[in-house]
Amino acid sequence: MSGFDESLLGDADETVRVRFVVNGRKVACEVAPRETLVDCLRNALELTGTHAGCEMGACGACLVQLDGRAVHSCLMFAVQADGARIDTIEGFTESGVIADLQAEFHRRNALQCGFCTPGMLVSAHELLSQVTRPSRDEIRDALSGNYCRCTGYEAIVDAIDAVARARSESGGAT
Amino acid sequence: MKARAFSYFRAATIDQALDAHARAGDDARFIAGGQSLVPALSLRLQAPRLLIDITRIGELRGVRREGGFLRIGALTRHCEMLSEPLIAEFAPLLHAAAPFIAHPAIRNRGTFGGSVAQADPASEFPAMTLALDAEIEIIGPSGSRRVKADDFFVDLFETALQPGELITAVFVPLFKADQRFAFDELARRRGDYALVGCGMLATCTGEIIDDIRISFFSVGNTPTRVKGTEATLIGSSLGAERIAAAQAALASDLAPPDSDEVPPAMRLHLARVLLGRMLGRLGEGA
Repeated sequence: MSGFDESLLGDADETVRVRFVVNGRKVACEVAPRETLVDCLRNALELTGTHAGCEMGACGACLVQLDGRAVHSCLMFAVQADGARIDTIEGFTESGVIADLQAEFHRRNALQCGFCTPGMLVSAHELLSQVTRPSRDEIRDALSGNYCRCTGYEAIVDAIDAVARARSESGGAT
Repeated sequence: MKARAFSYFRAATIDQALDAHARAGDDARFIAGGQSLVPALSLRLQAPRLLIDITRIGELRGVRREGGFLRIGALTRHCEMLSEPLIAEFAPLLHAAAPFIAHPAIRNRGTFGGSVAQADPASEFPAMTLALDAEIEIIGPSGSRRVKADDFFVDLFETALQPGELITAVFVPLFKADQRFAFDELARRRGDYALVGCGMLATCTGEIIDDIRISFFSVGNTPTRVKGTEATLIGSSLGAERIAAAQAALASDLAPPDSDEVPPAMRLHLARVLLGRMLGRLGEGA
């Protein structure tokens, strides 16, 4: 634990070394303090499944999980996430934990251009891990921070609703 | 857009945070949840030399009873307002307001102290501190002090906080058996900023209102207590006539600013509608 070192103020763009556990793997990278987490994930770590949309926390395309909770990766700087566990759409895809959601989105055409889909899936995944059988209103509420400019949301809500039903009928989460 | 370059310091203690702020010549900002600050930096509305991360300071965490108050640490996240049993029991108005704040992912990261410090006139929590008669604990280079919510909000995004000071906790008087509360807001879309919103806390003897504090947000430059309206309700029960009188009194308490999207008359109308609904619920024992 060290106090404030005034030499920090000298060069604001000097990079800082940060470490995270991204999708279960330990990584370290050099970031400028002003680099957002989404830019770090996409550029340094080449995890381009997380999308940078509005870059001000409105559209939800950049959602990732930080220590198990959905957050906007455009609303934090990578340095702030030092030491955290980060799970992106790539990690969720690889582990198969949202395979049923992805299949249902596909089956119901719950995407068109696909830009919003990673964020939609992170929100859906978080909702279904907290509420087993959400109502359609609860699903809409959970998606209130995710913009989709193609589908009109109906198919997305249908897909999440169908997965919630299927999971509770099969007697547990995947 | 991207933020202007800045240096970053993660403080482990309050002293370190205050010291760093002073040594940066006050050209610094504290960052907690960052859900308002990061967009402000990205849009270059703010461009400090130094960002001081206070999120790992243990002293700013935790919710506990302290005397007649619930002490809510500044770093308590909005989602914790929903999950923390002490909040539901002793500050149920905050528990009721929390689901209306932005969207789930914002609530996972935004902090109570940060919201109060930001003092956005459209935010839920600053207005609730007024309804709750809360006290804001502040620490800075000249020591620690507690400021009543009534004295905290000065003007648009301006509070009693001085440069280099930060909020350590908010003290909320414990909710009592003879009290009732209500919260509601009107927004075009769930999670959007409210067109108008309100929280209230009443102390009653049977059906009679002994005391009531009513606070609106999204109605002006600061969260706003409607003291004239409160006065019309004290000493009475919440019958239709009394509620109508309170709705009428709002016109002298509120002066919504002109805006293209929501004309002042419309906002005042919405405030009356909201007040009527909420007092109705309060009368039914909400």
